[in-house]
Amino acid sequence: MPIISRGFRGRRQEGPPDRVPPGQYLTDDFPVLSAGPTPHTSLEEWTFTIEGGAEPVSWSWEELQALPREEVTVDIHCVTKWSKLDTAWEGVSVDTLLDAVEHDKEYALAYSDGGYTTNLPIEDLTDGKAWVAYRYGGEPLEAEHGGPARLLVPHLYFWKSAKWVRGLQLLDEDEPGFWEQNGYHLYGDPWREQRYWGD
Amino acid sequence: MAGTAVLGRLTWLAATVAATNEETPRVHTLTLDVAGWGGHRAGQHLDVRLTAEDGYQAERSYSIASAPGDPLAITVERLEDGEVSPYLVDDVAEGDVFEVRGPIGGYFVWDGDEPEPVLLVAGGSGVVPLMAMARHRAQVGSTAPMRLLYSSRTWDDVIYRDELATLGIDVVHTLTRQQPPGWSGYTRRIDDELLREVAFSAADGPRVYVCGSTRFVDAAADGLVRLGYDPRSIRTERFGATG
Repeated sequence: MPIISRGFRGRRQEGPPDRVPPGQYLTDDFPVLSAGPTPHTSLEEWTFTIEGGAEPVSWSWEELQALPREEVTVDIHCVTKWSKLDTAWEGVSVDTLLDAVEHDKEYALAYSDGGYTTNLPIEDLTDGKAWVAYRYGGEPLEAEHGGPARLLVPHLYFWKSAKWVRGLQLLDEDEPGFWEQNGYHLYGDPWREQRYWGD
Repeated sequence: MAGTAVLGRLTWLAATVAATNEETPRVHTLTLDVAGWGGHRAGQHLDVRLTAEDGYQAERSYSIASAPGDPLAITVERLEDGEVSPYLVDDVAEGDVFEVRGPIGGYFVWDGDEPEPVLLVAGGSGVVPLMAMARHRAQVGSTAPMRLLYSSRTWDDVIYRDELATLGIDVVHTLTRQQPPGWSGYTRRIDDELLREVAFSAADGPRVYVCGSTRFVDAAADGLVRLGYDPRSIRTERFGATG
């Protein structure tokens, strides 16, 4: 039995219920959450590397831009409770990147400038479910939102969409990333409200 | 499911409001009586869940204001277009009950046994988790130097104003919109020069906690990096839409 909060009515969700996961509310803003300062890496120095396969594979910024780009419009859900519908991104499908890597691994640890990491099963990064995104809303992705490039994995809570991403480490075993070591769920499915350890 | 506590699982608990305190007209502190609360670390937050009579629910996160050894308290700022904060600030009275779960977050924390100097940088209600650290320091008798740089709009917007002066830490205010007569302190938004004057030397290896709006946190964190602070020594918490 939930506890009724005396006199609380609430402002009802206007969003379509099949697009707003439990415990979430809609926002038009794009709030920023970061554990530390915003890193600024020049595009000349920037690379994206996949390690853990037969051999490491790396792309420069220019090489990434030359790969087939996809435009996707997706809903995003932050563990701090806001959801934002119809966000428009442009980037490279992780499928395209992993096609260049010979491996038999099941998990990945995404890593970023600034030391951030987050873990994902590789099956959540493939089959058109994840991108390395470098444009948002028709503009280059701003640093505060993870530019020059961030991971985009919209079907999981947004902390899995690592900002300032620089690569993937392919692993045999699942290994908790930054927030996952600090109380947040290992997998993070918003539809099952997997916010914290044990959810 | 309620009542099936798995190891490590954060279950929803009934929180009875034991006291309310008006910090400023827009900011209230709620002291909560929560049976089964397992304690917290300074800097952590909790989730609040409100339920309307027809079963509609809304959840939000709030920073814990109290030191780990004190009765649990959250401090809430009313956001005018918010859904939960106006209820918590304007409507909740002593004896009311809602649900909480937590504590949450294991990074933006200070445990009181770290010897390094601590620089706290607060914008507005971003002071709340930092206050838990300052209170904790006083309570455990830590001798780590602690300095709070606190940006508010006006003197009347300063949360915990009187108590801050009693905690044995350096407090430097900047009032960005309006100052009381005779004010001799800072009057501008945080910039690199202000940080240079107030912050510990980077050579002392301070730990830094910055909390406020995104723009505020970026100005402070970027400025400290330019002053030579190790980016990894700077822990940030930004609040966006959390009505």
